[in-house]
Amino acid sequence: MIRPHKPALAASRSCRTLIFILGLMQVAVTGLRAAPQTDSTLQPAIEKNYQPHTYQGQLEADDGQWIRPAKDYASTRYSSLDQITAGNVKTLKLAFTFSSGMTHGHEAAPLVVNKTMYIVTPFPNNLYALDLTKPGAPMKWVYQPSPTPASQGVACCDVVNRGASFDDGKIYYNTLDNQTVAVDAASGREVWKTRVGDINKGESMTMAPLVVRGKVLVGNSGGEFGVRGWLTALDGKTGKIVWRAYTAGPDKEVLIGSRFKPFYPQDRGQDLGVKTWPPDAWKIGGGGVWGWISYDPQLNLIYYGTANPGPWDADARPGDNKFTSGIFARNPDTGEAVWFYQFSPHDLYDYDAVNENILLDLAINGQVRKVLAHPDRNGYVYVIDRATGEVLSANAFAPITTSKGVDLKTGQLQYVEEKRPITGKVIRGLCPSAPGAKDWQPSAFSPRTGLLYIPHNHLCMDKEDLQTNYIAGTPYVGANVRMYDAPGGYGGEFTAWDPVEGKVVWTNPDHFPVWSGALATAGDVVFYGTLDGWFKAVDAHSGTLLWQFKTGSGIIGQPITYKGPDGKQYVAILSGVGGWAGAIVAGGLDARDESAALGFGAAMKDLPQYTNKGGMLYVFALP
Amino acid sequence: MFSPFLKLVLAVIFLIVIVTRTQARELRVCADPNNMPFSNMKQEGYENRIAAIVAKDLRAHLVYVWQRMGRGFVREYLGKSRCDLLIGIPSNYRPVLTTTPYYRSAYVFVSRRGQKFDLASGFDSPELQRLKIGVQVLEEEYTPPGEALARRGLQRAIFGFDTTGDGADSIIRAVATGQVDLAVVWGPLAGYFGKKYRGGLTLKLVEPEVDPPGLPFTFAISMGVRKGNIALRDELETILARRQSEIRRILDQYGIPQLPTASFASSSSTVD
Repeated sequence: MIRPHKPALAASRSCRTLIFILGLMQVAVTGLRAAPQTDSTLQPAIEKNYQPHTYQGQLEADDGQWIRPAKDYASTRYSSLDQITAGNVKTLKLAFTFSSGMTHGHEAAPLVVNKTMYIVTPFPNNLYALDLTKPGAPMKWVYQPSPTPASQGVACCDVVNRGASFDDGKIYYNTLDNQTVAVDAASGREVWKTRVGDINKGESMTMAPLVVRGKVLVGNSGGEFGVRGWLTALDGKTGKIVWRAYTAGPDKEVLIGSRFKPFYPQDRGQDLGVKTWPPDAWKIGGGGVWGWISYDPQLNLIYYGTANPGPWDADARPGDNKFTSGIFARNPDTGEAVWFYQFSPHDLYDYDAVNENILLDLAINGQVRKVLAHPDRNGYVYVIDRATGEVLSANAFAPITTSKGVDLKTGQLQYVEEKRPITGKVIRGLCPSAPGAKDWQPSAFSPRTGLLYIPHNHLCMDKEDLQTNYIAGTPYVGANVRMYDAPGGYGGEFTAWDPVEGKVVWTNPDHFPVWSGALATAGDVVFYGTLDGWFKAVDAHSGTLLWQFKTGSGIIGQPITYKGPDGKQYVAILSGVGGWAGAIVAGGLDARDESAALGFGAAMKDLPQYTNKGGMLYVFALP
Repeated sequence: MFSPFLKLVLAVIFLIVIVTRTQARELRVCADPNNMPFSNMKQEGYENRIAAIVAKDLRAHLVYVWQRMGRGFVREYLGKSRCDLLIGIPSNYRPVLTTTPYYRSAYVFVSRRGQKFDLASGFDSPELQRLKIGVQVLEEEYTPPGEALARRGLQRAIFGFDTTGDGADSIIRAVATGQVDLAVVWGPLAGYFGKKYRGGLTLKLVEPEVDPPGLPFTFAISMGVRKGNIALRDELETILARRQSEIRRILDQYGIPQLPTASFASSSSTVD
């Protein structure tokens, strides 16, 4: 179905893509245009005879709580709770709600620990504790870190927070103004607060920490160019910084030593974080760490992706720009790098690599391998041996024109030469667009179906003429980027993906990019939300819509499920599209403004037609 | 005889009328709280000075809405009616309605006095190949000089500087201290911070004005209002014409390198 006009594209994320998408650039997304479908478009393969293959690997024991951002260290977002099933989910009812009182984008996953639910809000990053033992889950306490308002300026229009982690009686999370805080989970008292970044350098923090062996792992976001990305470990008890691993720079600052053994030769060598850049450019080259971290306790390795390099004008930074747009495996105790793989060397399209890494044991060619599955912005789901960094497969999950595939022998992404952006030159039909085939919105995995559930985008873009821009008094020129629906005429999809076959099993197209996280459950029900505010339950095997509820605002949060003190299974989601979607709507109508000469203010009137602002927690249960 | 209730209603209406009539007009200006030489919270920037002139002429009360001028700033502040006026914005900046330009400036080469670089051929000067050249970094992009250097394969020469907030003068200081040989800086910044070095620095306009096919080094600057706010734009046009020499004096005082613009006298009839 194609609606006549869509002020599209979605809500928030770090300061990155959307800034790119919107920013001072003019971006138009309309439903009227679709990318020219040509022979050179790589399309996802469809699995015709899907048979559920029950997962053979071990998942973490499940106590019915939700203590980490992605449920478990493997980042599966799978719960073994099975009261809510494909058969009874249609009777799901609202159990209670809670207003955050804020109107920015709500991206966080609630945590549930010890009969209490914890919610981190966007800026000013309040932490609410709700008592699940009492009817209506009243507030127990609120912790207010009061970050400096100036950090909103750094983060521009995107002041989201992706949530918290629980460990050792404390809730850990990051504030927009670069502080990591530890709050006593019982009392709401601040245990420690450590400043780990500097807003004057353009840094901010939006990611959810992961706590591994008593270390709180956090990374930075920011305007990317000008910022130097890092991952930092803090002592969970004291808040002292234990180590910091930069994304670019000399080996000793990237924490590359004798254990570093990348699988591919292009990632080996001394000080590649310096040599693959023009002189000194690595100091401001980006590569933030604003996404997800996974952990394998057996290998004792953490995995995380790095953001794209800056500046956007790729000609200004010849070289592979290591170690941006790639994935690191590190020892969590020391930070030492063990391997690295670069998804998009010398990134040309703003393809950050910060998306989730789901740790699975999969039978590849008849042999069970310890792998990680990573749906990247560049459009491929990578399956990588997580001990060595070898790419076992890389298959398109969305239309791709910017590359022809990944050479599994060399690990190299095969860029398409004629799609290479050149300053001032018009280049059309670039797929995926800048926010990628998939942005930060995290996938889920069900061991009962063996499928990944991937919320993602379905957009292409044109890079058009240069237009005048300005920042803080200084004028310059930037490319005019236009985004539009990829072939098919819709902006997003929720896709069930077989990571062994590398094929789509089913997909639910959505009018807008699907910008929420996914949740898989043992009841064979999968949950996700849409930008126009529908919270949906679909059949894990077929994708059939089983139940939906219209929340007050667009959904860009991460659904969770837990066992309440009354023994019942609950499902929770934060709704709240906030400033970004508003901005996007405005951005989308800018083009119309040019042609139809409508005012900016008038454009905003259209917003409530699709969604309205306002952060609210919704919690559901069976009657 | 009025009932007590009616008396009260009349009194309230009367008060409202009085208050509205005596309340001065407000001119809400969006400005960066820490971005010299343009503006700061102490109102020391030249845009602060110009804003004061405009407010006075309009007999309006000047109200500042302070916000860092990063990406999204125009959309979130001017666009959402949190303020009504931007003092300095490129004349061809599409998201806002702009006045006739009141000054025009350009990127300039900044070097230490006595350093004799041959920049006669602009960015094609062979001399550039052996220099360290500072350029401004703006969030995700280089300024046009950075792009011009990159186009010529001189990426190795480029050193990026953040020039907002507390680090605004870092690029000029880098030239003065020899950290770089040369910098290419937006005129107003170079002019203002260069003055501190009392002739220790040499400023030279980047020429030609455009690097073919379309990379500009020269920008005309206007005041900007929300699209559709033609009434305010027209008032501003009149004031800019009337206060032209006063504004010019301020710009000169701050050392802003200026190029000729079409004069207001001739342009006032070309309202679009």
